[in-house]
Amino acid sequence: MAHENPTGWRRWLYSTNHKDIGVMYLWFAFFAGTIGFGMSGLMRMELAEPGVTFLPALFNMSEDQARHLFNVLTTGHGLIMVFFMVMPALIGGFGNYFVPLMIGAPDMAFPRMNNISFWMMPPAFILLLLSTFVEGTSGMNGFGGGWTAYAPLSTYGHTGPSMDLAILSLHVAGASSIMGAINYITTIFNMRAPGMTIHKMPLFAWSVLITAFLLVLSLPVLAGAITMLLTDRNFGTTFFDPAGGGDPILFQHLFWFFGHPEVYIMILPAFGIVSHIVSTFSKKPIFGYLGMAYAMAAIGFVGFIVWAHHMYTVGLDVDTKAYFTAATMVIAVPTGVKIFSWIATMWGGSLKFTVPMLYAIAFILLFTMGGVTGVILANPGADVALHDTYYVVAHFHYVLSLGAVFGIFAGIYYWMGKMSGKEYPNGLALLQFWVTFIGVNLIFFPQHFLGLQGMPRRYVDYVEAHAYWNKVSSMGYMITLVGFALFILVMGITLSRKKTVADNQWGEGATTLEWTLSSPPPFHQFNDLPKIK
Amino acid sequence: MIVKSLTAGLAAISATIFGFSVGALAEGRLGVPKDKGIWLQEAASEQARLIESFNIELMWIITVITVFVFLLMFYVMFRFREKANPVPSKNSHNTAIEIIWTVVPIFILLFIGLTSLPLLYYQDVVPKTDFAVRVTGNQWNWTYSYPDHDGIEFTASLIDKATFDDPDAKAQVEADLTAFLGAPAKLNAYLLDTDYRMVVPVDTKIRVQLAASDVIHAWAVPAFGVKLDAVPGRLNELWFEADATGTYYGQCSELCGKDHAYMPIAVEVVSKEDFAKWVDQAKAEYADAGIIAFGR
Repeated sequence: MAHENPTGWRRWLYSTNHKDIGVMYLWFAFFAGTIGFGMSGLMRMELAEPGVTFLPALFNMSEDQARHLFNVLTTGHGLIMVFFMVMPALIGGFGNYFVPLMIGAPDMAFPRMNNISFWMMPPAFILLLLSTFVEGTSGMNGFGGGWTAYAPLSTYGHTGPSMDLAILSLHVAGASSIMGAINYITTIFNMRAPGMTIHKMPLFAWSVLITAFLLVLSLPVLAGAITMLLTDRNFGTTFFDPAGGGDPILFQHLFWFFGHPEVYIMILPAFGIVSHIVSTFSKKPIFGYLGMAYAMAAIGFVGFIVWAHHMYTVGLDVDTKAYFTAATMVIAVPTGVKIFSWIATMWGGSLKFTVPMLYAIAFILLFTMGGVTGVILANPGADVALHDTYYVVAHFHYVLSLGAVFGIFAGIYYWMGKMSGKEYPNGLALLQFWVTFIGVNLIFFPQHFLGLQGMPRRYVDYVEAHAYWNKVSSMGYMITLVGFALFILVMGITLSRKKTVADNQWGEGATTLEWTLSSPPPFHQFNDLPKIK
Repeated sequence: MIVKSLTAGLAAISATIFGFSVGALAEGRLGVPKDKGIWLQEAASEQARLIESFNIELMWIITVITVFVFLLMFYVMFRFREKANPVPSKNSHNTAIEIIWTVVPIFILLFIGLTSLPLLYYQDVVPKTDFAVRVTGNQWNWTYSYPDHDGIEFTASLIDKATFDDPDAKAQVEADLTAFLGAPAKLNAYLLDTDYRMVVPVDTKIRVQLAASDVIHAWAVPAFGVKLDAVPGRLNELWFEADATGTYYGQCSELCGKDHAYMPIAVEVVSKEDFAKWVDQAKAEYADAGIIAFGR
C-alpha cells in the first residue's frame, strides 16, 4: 500500500476514494430526498380538501402567503428531487461506487475532481434552501415559478434575491454534475480491466456512460440559459424580455433542450440497475445485451431532438409540432425493446422474488404505465386537453417517482449487502416494498382522472368537483409516508447489524465483478487488475 | 366507443348515487368538471369531440399494450418461479423476436400518427372565422376585447369565496351579471365563476387572439378542446366553434404567480340573435372608440 488509509473527518472531507464518495452521495441524496418528500407532503395535505386551510394554519400565515408558499413548495420539490435526490443517488452514489468495481478499475480516473464534484453539492443545496428564506416577490419569501423557472415569471415576476440564489444553486450543482460526467466518461473509456471490451461492459456502466454524455451536452445549455436569466434580472439585458427585443419562448427552448435529456439522465441509470437485478434473480444473462445497450444509446440520442414536446401549447408553428410529434413517438421503440428484453430475460429463468427483484419488477410494470401515457401526451391533438393538467403530473411521476425512485430502492436493496457487508431484515423490507407500492399508486393513479377532468397542475386550490380524487391521492401520500418510515427503520436495523454478508450474496446469477470482492469491498481494490475472458 | 359508453355509464351511476345533476340548467349546457369524474369533460365543439375520440382510440391502444405487458409478466413470474423451474435456460438471443418487438411498435405508432397529425392540422390551422376576440392575460384576470365590435372591452376577475358564502352578495353579483349578459345568469362554482363573461354566438367560428401584459398565462376551455399560452410580446391564435348554448368554464393553465389558481375563464355561448342584442347593449357601455378593429 502506497499510503495509509485516512481516518476520521479527513477520510470524508479529503476523500478521493470512489466508494467513500459514493456513500457520501447516497447519504446526501437521502437527506435531500427527505426534505423533498416532506415538501410534497405539505402540498398533498394542503390539497387534501378544497380551500386553502392547511398551510395558513400550520405556518400561521395569511392565505396570500400560503398561496405563494405553495408555489415555492412545488418549485422546491421539483428542483430538490431532480438535482439533489435522484441525480446524486443514481449517478453520484451508485455510479461512483459501482462503475469502477464493475469495470475492474481501482478508482475513478480523476479522484480529486471526484472529491470536489461531491463537495460542491452541499453548498448548492444550501443555496437552494436559503433561497426559500429570502424575498422572492413583493414581500413574500422564496421563488414560486416552478422548477422550469419560465421567464418572465422568473425575471420581473420575481424581483427579489431568492431567484438569484436559486440560479447560483443550479450553477454550482450543474458544474458538479459536469465534472462528475467528465470523470465517468474518462474512467469508462480508459480504465476498463484488460479484456473488458466496450461490448462486454456491464449494462449499468453503459447506462452511466450514456448518462454522462447527456450531462456533458445538456447542462452547459442550462447554465447558459440561467446565466441569461441572471443578466436579465440584474444587468439590464433583455434576452427574454420582449420590451427589449427578447423572447420568453427562447428561454423555454433552452430550458427544455436541457430538460428533456435531463429526464433520461434520471431514468437511464435506473434502467442499468434494473437490468442487473433482473438478470441476477433470473439466474440468466441479460436477454439481447447489445440491443439493451444500444437502445439506451438511441434513447439518449433521440432525447436531444424532442424537447419542444414540452411546449405544444406555447404557440409553435404547426409543422414544428408535427415534427416533434413524430420524433417523440420514436422514443417508444427503444423503450419497448428494453421492456420486452427484461421480460425475455426472466423467460426461462429461475426466478427468486427478493426485495430488489420485486422493486425491479414493479419498476418494469409501472414504467410501462408511465410510458404509455407518454405516448398519449406525445400527440399535440390529445395534449391540448391534457397539457399542464394533473395528467402530466401523473405521467412524469409514474416514470420518475415510480420509475427512477423504484430504481434507487432496488439498487439500495440489491447492493446494501455489498456496500455495508450487512444484511437487511427481509420481512420488514418486504412490508416496506408493499406499503410503498400501494401508497405511490394511490397517490398518482387518481391524478390521471383529475387531469382528464381538466384540473390544472400547480394549483393551490381547486373546484369542489375535484375533491374526491384529491382526497384519495392525499390518503395515498399518508400510506407512502408509512412506507418511508419503514424504509428508515429497515436501513437503521441493517446498519446496526454485524457484517455477515458473503462475497457473492446472490449466488450464481450475480456475475459482475463487484461480487468477486469482499463485502464490503476493501478500501482499495483491484491492485492486480482482473482479466476478463 | 365502449370506453365512452362505460364512462357515460359510470357518470350516470355516480350521478344517481351521489345525487349530482349534470348540465341541468334550462338556459343551456354547463361546461364544468364532473364530481368524481374520470374522463374528459363533455365536448361542446367539433375539436373537443375529435380530441375525445382520439383519446378513446389511444386509450384502447395503451390499455391493450399495458394489459399485455402485465399478463406476460404475471405469466413469467408464475411459470418460471424458482420452484417450478429450478434450472434456468441459458438462452439470451432470439433475433426473430427482437425484430418483431422493434417493428410491431413502429406500426402501432404509424397508426397513431394517421389520426394524430390530421387532428393537429385541423386544430392548429385557423380557418376563416366570423370575428376575433382579443384575450389578454394579466396577473390575475383576463381582459376580453372585441376589435370587430367597436372595441367592446372588459376585464373578468374571480368571484371570491366570501361572495359565494354570503347570499346577499351572491344575489347582487348575479344581478350584475344578468344585467351585463342581458339574460338571467347565476353563479355555478367557486374558482370558475368570474364577474364578467366572454360572450360568443353559437355555431360561429371565433378567432381568439392571445396576448399577455405581464407574465405567461394560458387560456383554456376544456369543453371546446382549446388551450394556448398567452405570451408577452407575442400574438397567439386559436379558434373554436361552440355548438351548444350554455356557460363553459376553464382555468389559467400556465403558472403565473401567487394567484395562478384564481383567474378562471368563463365563456357564455348564446344564440346568434341574443349575441347581436348583447353587442348592441355592450357597445353602449363597454366600447372604446379609440380601439381600432384588429385582426381578421
